[in-house]
Amino acid sequence: MDMLYKIFLDPFVQMASAPDLLVQTLWEGLVSGVLYALIALGFVLIFKASGVFNFAQGIMVVFAALTLVGLHAMLRDWGVSSGTAAAYLALALTVAVMFGLAFTIERLVLRPLVNQPDIILFMATFGMTYFLIGLGELVFGGEPKLMIADDLHLPRGAIDVKMLGGFVSFQKIDIAAAAIASIMVAGLALFFQKTRIGRALRAVADSHKAALSVGISLEQIWVVVWFAAGIVALVTGIMWGARSNVSFALEVIALKALPVLILGGLTSIPGAIVGGLIIGIGEKLGEFYWGPLIGSGIESWLAYVIALLFLLFRPQGLFGERIIERI
Amino acid sequence: MRAPGGPEVAVGDVLLSVENVSLSFGGVKAVSDVSFDIRKGEIRAIIGPNGAGKTSMLNIINGFYQPQQGRIMFKGETRSKMRPHEAADGGIARTFQNVALFRGMTTLDNLMAGRTLKMKKNFFWQLLRYGPAMAEEVEHRHRVEQIIDFLKIQNIRRTPVAQLPYGLQKRLELGRALAMEPDLLLLDEPMAGMNLEEKEDMSRFVLDVNSHFGTTIALIEHDMGVVMDLSDRVVVLDHGIKIADGTPDEVKGNQAVIDAYLGVAH
Repeated sequence: MDMLYKIFLDPFVQMASAPDLLVQTLWEGLVSGVLYALIALGFVLIFKASGVFNFAQGIMVVFAALTLVGLHAMLRDWGVSSGTAAAYLALALTVAVMFGLAFTIERLVLRPLVNQPDIILFMATFGMTYFLIGLGELVFGGEPKLMIADDLHLPRGAIDVKMLGGFVSFQKIDIAAAAIASIMVAGLALFFQKTRIGRALRAVADSHKAALSVGISLEQIWVVVWFAAGIVALVTGIMWGARSNVSFALEVIALKALPVLILGGLTSIPGAIVGGLIIGIGEKLGEFYWGPLIGSGIESWLAYVIALLFLLFRPQGLFGERIIERI
Repeated sequence: MRAPGGPEVAVGDVLLSVENVSLSFGGVKAVSDVSFDIRKGEIRAIIGPNGAGKTSMLNIINGFYQPQQGRIMFKGETRSKMRPHEAADGGIARTFQNVALFRGMTTLDNLMAGRTLKMKKNFFWQLLRYGPAMAEEVEHRHRVEQIIDFLKIQNIRRTPVAQLPYGLQKRLELGRALAMEPDLLLLDEPMAGMNLEEKEDMSRFVLDVNSHFGTTIALIEHDMGVVMDLSDRVVVLDHGIKIADGTPDEVKGNQAVIDAYLGVAH
């Protein structure tokens, strides 16, 4: 009886008695949800256009952040005296590197493997993962680094808002992350709906041969899409790096994108966003209100349990396409 | 508006010629040593029993397959190894035996996708809805509306194509190919799976495309009545080999063709 009370009633009593804490928890969940959503978005972009489940998306986040920080340090060494100038120069160079990466991946991995079974392309992205880890460590070193948040003029500090009989604290960097993520998602949606290349991307996602027949070059579209995923990775890396630091441990966070994708469906951009928010908020609420019952630490696995439940009852995800096959 | 690449070809002259083309997959010869030509302004049928190599031939012409031997002349120039989107850029459009539309998009978006190659404005300006880019979009919408009127599909403009009945999907696929304003239109069994009424509609559209827009058409079709009515000249393939080439009447009386279709006592 006591146990049932603790599971089903007590958390809600707590929520009601300290609403400011609830808002704080929801906000924290929202912010990590946004970042999960960004990583998932990178997966979805690539999966939609090329049918490749890109295991390397998580490492692309780390690689992009590492490149940014590493280039910044190099530029300072080479005599760029202004930290701000070095930061934005490094940012521009990193964008160029991500384009180079997209171009190289298309040339060396996707093009030779075109029309191979999905599992082969999937395995190739495993290879890319380890290649990128190796390359990143070789060029920039493997030790954790600090994100150059100040030189990029990312806001720091917190805004404390008095509400609901207490204080809720909003980190400015979190507000910036949520804002930038929203702008990016809106921008991508417009790009997909309103431009020729966006239309071509959707066309490729629907049918490769039909897209080819109307003169769309798959190669070009793949470069665009991997580049877009690279930019999404860069933004995610900056935001996440600013909250902790830049190291290959970030890769673990990228794995959180998997439950997000299971929830949202592999092919849906709204799904990636909603899925990210559900996982982010769900794990924070779970950790804060139910975690103490079993000694905390449930944040690291709750997402996967939610995903497992979804797999049982709605395997195509919230927004995914239901696959009906004739047998 | 940008004219498709290559020199102009006068009506009646050879637009595309296939010369001694062979294609095999492993040990299977799909096409062996086939030659024929397509003249500008004509409707050219490619017929033959199942497995004759007709679709392979179409796939060679639009660059999906690279023949191992032989060459293809298009607009008087020998075509080098060509990929499908380059063939499209050169003015070759096609439809597919099993409808291949962009199923997640509306009728309008499918047709606009057909105009991808004609749009040249930078996507950045499109995103900002900047004047000239906007004007370009409006211009293309106008051309697409003409096609919608021509094919009488006004009422399905905004319908996602996956919801359309089969006959309309076939018609829309023709529309998407027309949106490319091609010099050569390849139709792979445009009437497959249709009832009599739909076949008559589609035949009318094919004839109108040919006469109104002057588009050269090469089509694969199984319905002999349709082939004989529509086409100016017919090439007959059987087991990857060309067995006859001529007007519908000449082909109809050809003994090799009759044997291929009806079988022959050995």
